[in-house]
Amino acid sequence: MANIKISEQKVLQIEAICKEFNNEKGELINVLHRTQSLLGYLPAEVQEIISKNLNCSVAHVYGVVTFYSFFTMIPKGEFPISVCMGTACYVRGAEKVLDEFKRILNVPVGQTTPDGKFSLSCLRCVGACGLAPVVLVGEKVYGRVSPDGVKDIIKEYRQG
Amino acid sequence: MIQYKMHLLVCGGTGCRASESEQLFHNLKNEIIEKGLETEVQVITTGCFGFCEKGPIVKVLPDNTFYTQVKPEDAIEIIAEHIIKGRRVTRLLYVNPETEEHVADSKHMGFYRKQLRIALRNCGFIDPENIEEYIARDGYAALAKCLTEMTPAQVIEEMKKSGLRGRGGGGFPTGLKWEITSKSQADQKYVVCNADEGDPGAFMDRSILEGDPHSIIEAMAICGYCIGATKGVVYIRAEYPLAVERLKIAMKQSREFGLLGKDIFGTGFDFEIDIRYGAGAFVCGEETALIHSMEGLRGEPTIKPPFPSVSGYLEKPTNVNNVETFANVPVIINKGAEWFASIGSEKSKGTKVFALAGKINNVGLIEVPMGTTLRDIIFEIGGGIKDGKKFKAVQTGGPSGGCLTEKHLDIQIDFDSLTAAGSMMGSGGMIVMDEDDCMVSIAKFYLDFTVEESCGKCSPCRIGNKRLNEMLEKICEGKGTMKDLDLLRNLSHVIKDTSLCGLGQTSPNPVLSTMDNFYHEYLAHIVDHKCPSGQCKALLQYIIEAENCVGCTACARNCPVNAISGERKGIHIIDQTTCIKCGACLEKCKFNAVFIK
Repeated sequence: MANIKISEQKVLQIEAICKEFNNEKGELINVLHRTQSLLGYLPAEVQEIISKNLNCSVAHVYGVVTFYSFFTMIPKGEFPISVCMGTACYVRGAEKVLDEFKRILNVPVGQTTPDGKFSLSCLRCVGACGLAPVVLVGEKVYGRVSPDGVKDIIKEYRQG
Repeated sequence: MIQYKMHLLVCGGTGCRASESEQLFHNLKNEIIEKGLETEVQVITTGCFGFCEKGPIVKVLPDNTFYTQVKPEDAIEIIAEHIIKGRRVTRLLYVNPETEEHVADSKHMGFYRKQLRIALRNCGFIDPENIEEYIARDGYAALAKCLTEMTPAQVIEEMKKSGLRGRGGGGFPTGLKWEITSKSQADQKYVVCNADEGDPGAFMDRSILEGDPHSIIEAMAICGYCIGATKGVVYIRAEYPLAVERLKIAMKQSREFGLLGKDIFGTGFDFEIDIRYGAGAFVCGEETALIHSMEGLRGEPTIKPPFPSVSGYLEKPTNVNNVETFANVPVIINKGAEWFASIGSEKSKGTKVFALAGKINNVGLIEVPMGTTLRDIIFEIGGGIKDGKKFKAVQTGGPSGGCLTEKHLDIQIDFDSLTAAGSMMGSGGMIVMDEDDCMVSIAKFYLDFTVEESCGKCSPCRIGNKRLNEMLEKICEGKGTMKDLDLLRNLSHVIKDTSLCGLGQTSPNPVLSTMDNFYHEYLAHIVDHKCPSGQCKALLQYIIEAENCVGCTACARNCPVNAISGERKGIHIIDQTTCIKCGACLEKCKFNAVFIK
C-alpha cells in the first residue's frame, strides 16, 4: 500500500467523478482520465478508491492503469518534458536529444528529478513531423531541437 | 452575410501552431481591424495545408498566393503590401529549389502539382469551427441525398461500386463491411470511428479531424443509416486535444442545425455520436482491441470470429471504420461511385493520404491517387532528399510495414503492390531514409516499439518479439553471429504465422524486409564488426588524429567521463575502454583532429 495519504477533499472529488459516470465499471477509462487530470497521477490508494466506487477489483483497475501508456503511477514533474520518439523524429536524431536530457537531468525515462521540477518521458508522434525532432515541455512544443539546444530549454525553466 | 473581397487563410494545424500560427492569426486580425478592413477582408484559421515543412502557411484568396514560414511580425507587411497595395510580399513566397524562382500560386508548386485531394478536400480551405463553411462546400448534401432519395441498400450498393477500401491499414472493402453489419439482427447497432492513430509518424487522421470534422460526422450518420444504427462512437487519442475540441464544436453545431440527433431532415432517422478516449495503446488500432478499450477494459484483441459486425461493442453488431475512410464517404455519394472508381489503380480505388517525413525536403501531409509511383512521391512531391544526400530506403506502413529501396521506386503503390513488395500500406506513414541511416538500427527501433506495445496476450508476440529485439541488439553491438541471422528469419516467420492479431502478424516485417534488402549491412555488423552508416555506437571508435591535434585540451575538458588524456600543447589520446561515445570531443574540436572510425 502506498504511503501517500491524500486529503479527504480529494477523496470526495474522486468519488464525485465516479458518480458523474454513474459508478459504471464500463466507464473506468473515462474515470481514470478525469482523475489523472485532477491529481496528475494515479497512485495505488486512488486506484483503491475508484475500485470501491465502480464495484470492481483493484486488480482490474491496476490492470487497466498499467496497460495504457497515458496513465502514470508516478507524479509528473512541475515541467513534464516529453521527447517525441516517433519514426520521423527518430531518424532526425531524437535519440541523441533524449540522451542529452537524461545526461543533464540525471534521471532515466519515466522518472522525475528529486526536486520535483522536471520529469522525463518519451511519446509517440505528436504529428509535428515537419519540425522533427520535437520536444514538449508541458504543452509547449519545441521544434528542430538539437542536442546542443537541450541545455537552453532546461535553463528556460530552471530560472523561471 | 458579409461578402468579403479577400480571405486570409491561416493554418491552424498542430505543426503550424507550434510555430506560433495562433499569434500570427491574432496579429493579422488586429491589423485588419486597425486599417478598417474588417468588412472587406476575412481572416480565418483552417486545418492543415499539408506543407508542414514550410509552416506556418498563410494563403490569400482569391489570388491564391501561398506564403510560407510566416512569422507573427510579418502580419503588418502582408496587410500593408498585399492587401492594401496589391503587391505580393516576395520574400515570404515559396522558392523553387531548382530554379530559385519565387512561386506565388500553390498550384505551380512541385509539392501540390501531383496531388489530388479528396479526403483532405476541405483541410486548409474552410474554417473547421464553422458549419456554414462546410455546408457551402456541399456539406451534409450527401446525408440529405441518402436519407431522402436512397434506401440503405442502395447506398451500400453505391459504396460497393466505388471500390473504397479501409484506409486504416487492412484494406477491407468498406461497402462489404457495411453490408455484413446491416444484415446482423439486433435491437441496437453501433458505428465506430477509429481515430486512435497509433502509427508513429502518421498524422492524417488527426489532420482530418482538426481540419474537417463535419465530414466525419456526416459519414458516420450515413453509415448508421445503412447498417441500421442510431448510435456512433468516435474513439480518439487523448493526446489529440485540438482534434477533440474541434470535433466537439462540430457536434454541437450539427445538433443545432438538426443534422445530428432526433429526426434528421424530418425523415424519422435518429443518430447520436459520443466520444471515447484512448489512452495510448497501439494495439487498439485492431478493432476487437479497440472495442474492449471502449468498454473500459484492457485493450486486448480477441479471436475472430465472431467479427464485430456480429458481436462488437457491448456485444452488439458494430461497424468500425477509420477516419480517412469516413472522410471519403460524402464525396462518393455526392459525385457518384463511378467517378470515384475512375481514380486509382485496378484494385485500389481513389486516393491515399500519406504522412511524408524523415530525411526529405518537403515534410508534410500529401494525398495522391492510388497507383502513383514512390519516385513521384519522394522526388517530385517530397522534393528529394535533405541536404543533397543519397536516397537509401523508404519505410511504409509504420511498425507493421517494411523498408523499400531504390529498386522499388517505380512501383505503382496501392494495397496489393506494397504487400507484394514485402511492405504494406498501413495507415500511410512514409518515412524516408538516407545514406546515414543504419537499417539494422531501424529494424531495432521498430521492434523496440512493438515490444513496448505488444499487449502480452499471446506468446508469439509477447515473447517472440522480445527475442527478436534482443538478437538485433546483439547485432548492433557487434556481438551477433551468423546463426543469429537464421534464427531471426525463422522466428520472424513463426511470429507472423502464429500471432493472434494484426500487430504480431506484421511486427516482423521491418526485420524481414531489411534482411531482404540490406543483407550486406547485417553482414557488416556481424562479420566486420562495423556499422557502415556509423550509427551503432558500440561499433564506433572516436580517435584523435595526432597530426591535427594541437593540444588545446578542449576535448579533454568536455569529456564527461574523463576518457581523454594528454598534456597541454601535447597530443591527446582517447581511452577506448572508458569512452562512452557521446561525441562531445568531436563537436568541440576546432582542428578536425577527432574522427570516427
